[in-house]
Amino acid sequence: MFGIPMILINLVIAAVAAMIWLALNALVLVYCERKFAGHIQRRPGPFEVGPHGALQPLIDGLKLMSKQLLTPDNADGFLFWLAPILSMIPVMLLFMPIPYGPVLTGMEVNLGLLLILAFSSFNGLAVILAGWGSNNKWGVLGAARAVAQTVAYEIPLLLTVLSISFMTGTLNLSEITAQQAGFIWDWNIWKQPLAFLIFIVAMFGETNRAPFDLAEAESELTAGFHTEYSSMGFGLFFMAEYGYMVAMCSICSVLFLGGFYGPFPGIEGWWWMLVKTYALLFLMIWARWTFPRVRFDQLLNLNWKWLLPLATFNLLATALIMKL
Amino acid sequence: MNAFRKNVIQPILDCWSLLVGLKITGKYFCKPLITVHYPREVIDSENLSTYGGHVELIGKPKDPAMPKCISCMMCVTNCPSNCLTLVKQKAPKPTPEQEQEWAAAAERGEKVVKPKAPKNPAKFTYDYTLCSLCGTCIENCPANSLQFSNNIYWVATSRKEMNIDLLARLKEQATELSAPAPKIEAKPAVAEKEA
Repeated sequence: MFGIPMILINLVIAAVAAMIWLALNALVLVYCERKFAGHIQRRPGPFEVGPHGALQPLIDGLKLMSKQLLTPDNADGFLFWLAPILSMIPVMLLFMPIPYGPVLTGMEVNLGLLLILAFSSFNGLAVILAGWGSNNKWGVLGAARAVAQTVAYEIPLLLTVLSISFMTGTLNLSEITAQQAGFIWDWNIWKQPLAFLIFIVAMFGETNRAPFDLAEAESELTAGFHTEYSSMGFGLFFMAEYGYMVAMCSICSVLFLGGFYGPFPGIEGWWWMLVKTYALLFLMIWARWTFPRVRFDQLLNLNWKWLLPLATFNLLATALIMKL
Repeated sequence: MNAFRKNVIQPILDCWSLLVGLKITGKYFCKPLITVHYPREVIDSENLSTYGGHVELIGKPKDPAMPKCISCMMCVTNCPSNCLTLVKQKAPKPTPEQEQEWAAAAERGEKVVKPKAPKNPAKFTYDYTLCSLCGTCIENCPANSLQFSNNIYWVATSRKEMNIDLLARLKEQATELSAPAPKIEAKPAVAEKEA
């Protein structure tokens, strides 16, 4: 077709779809988060713009876009503005290899899991650049915390993912999903319950969400690494944060909850993926408004003294069982 | 073995508290809201009576436009923020005939009874921008003539408006009492009785 390879067309469509999916999710999640927070604290949350405040995130987005882009004095302008872009772009790539439905996969990659894990660590780099480039003590402190945290929590995350790929023998997410077809007890969560729990906790740590949101602890660091960002600079970080949440929850549902397969055969479809992802996202929001922020030494102790040994043990046990 | 129990078993058992926390917030999520959507709903007067707004004067039971105040200056002296200003009323200026009468009485060696100044204040203003709502004036008033208002919907758009003439306010309130102000259209929120 006009000499354009089909795969390229596929990729462009997938990239655009990923962007739309990301923006839509950010809007919906911001609204859900604020509503959820409100109702947990027994107030209505956003209420004035649109029916039950449904247009609030849209208006907030417009407000962010219409604000001035400020670069602080003595900030490293290049790094300062590179950071939000670097935080945003890998997120779109994360959605490519995730199978959202039987035919709804952006890009069939044999090493899909590896690709996701590699590109999700870009966020750490973006956060360092943001903290360092903004020439602000809170920025640097927040960035230092964020890096110590994401680097630490990546290890148990990788180990649990590795135990899944030991079991399934592949890094291709579509194949991992396909192996969980059938009834609800064919899902990986029953075969790897410990890995699932570790993955959930590491997911909170990896996405810098409460109770592990030390990188942007409002009470101590004003906003952490994005203190100096205004307008869409902040908006991009914000969207990237929600993007990582959605990506991590999608991966969790692919790895452990059977992806787009329903609880019994014959009803698979993208809606199952949506339901599972959003159930996990609601768990994240619920946890944010329930648990207080942990102290930094507690955060790292939890990781190095609990998650890492448990994940290693789980990996070794999986390897042993698979060998036998 | 004890150390193992303390450092390994106990933390795992303690994870149960995470679920307890989630259960509590989940329960609150399902409960009805307790806030009031202001322009559409207002707080009912029963709950409004506990609101402590700015300081206001209390009128005499028989003459609500006249404050109980006796101009003793206790509130002004005790106010830590110096936000109250009180001007006492002067005694009525004697007419020339009265002065002559008094002078004649003094010559005769009789006791002169001059009319005293009225006790109620001539001017009583209150600068709400300075007030810290500590209530010291209310506690120290010997005539119980001061109280916190429940004026919750009061808005001022300039500093000048924050300087309230309390006597004028009392007069206004007295006329409102005889002719009640038009009712606010918004319906009072359904008061939720919390156990």
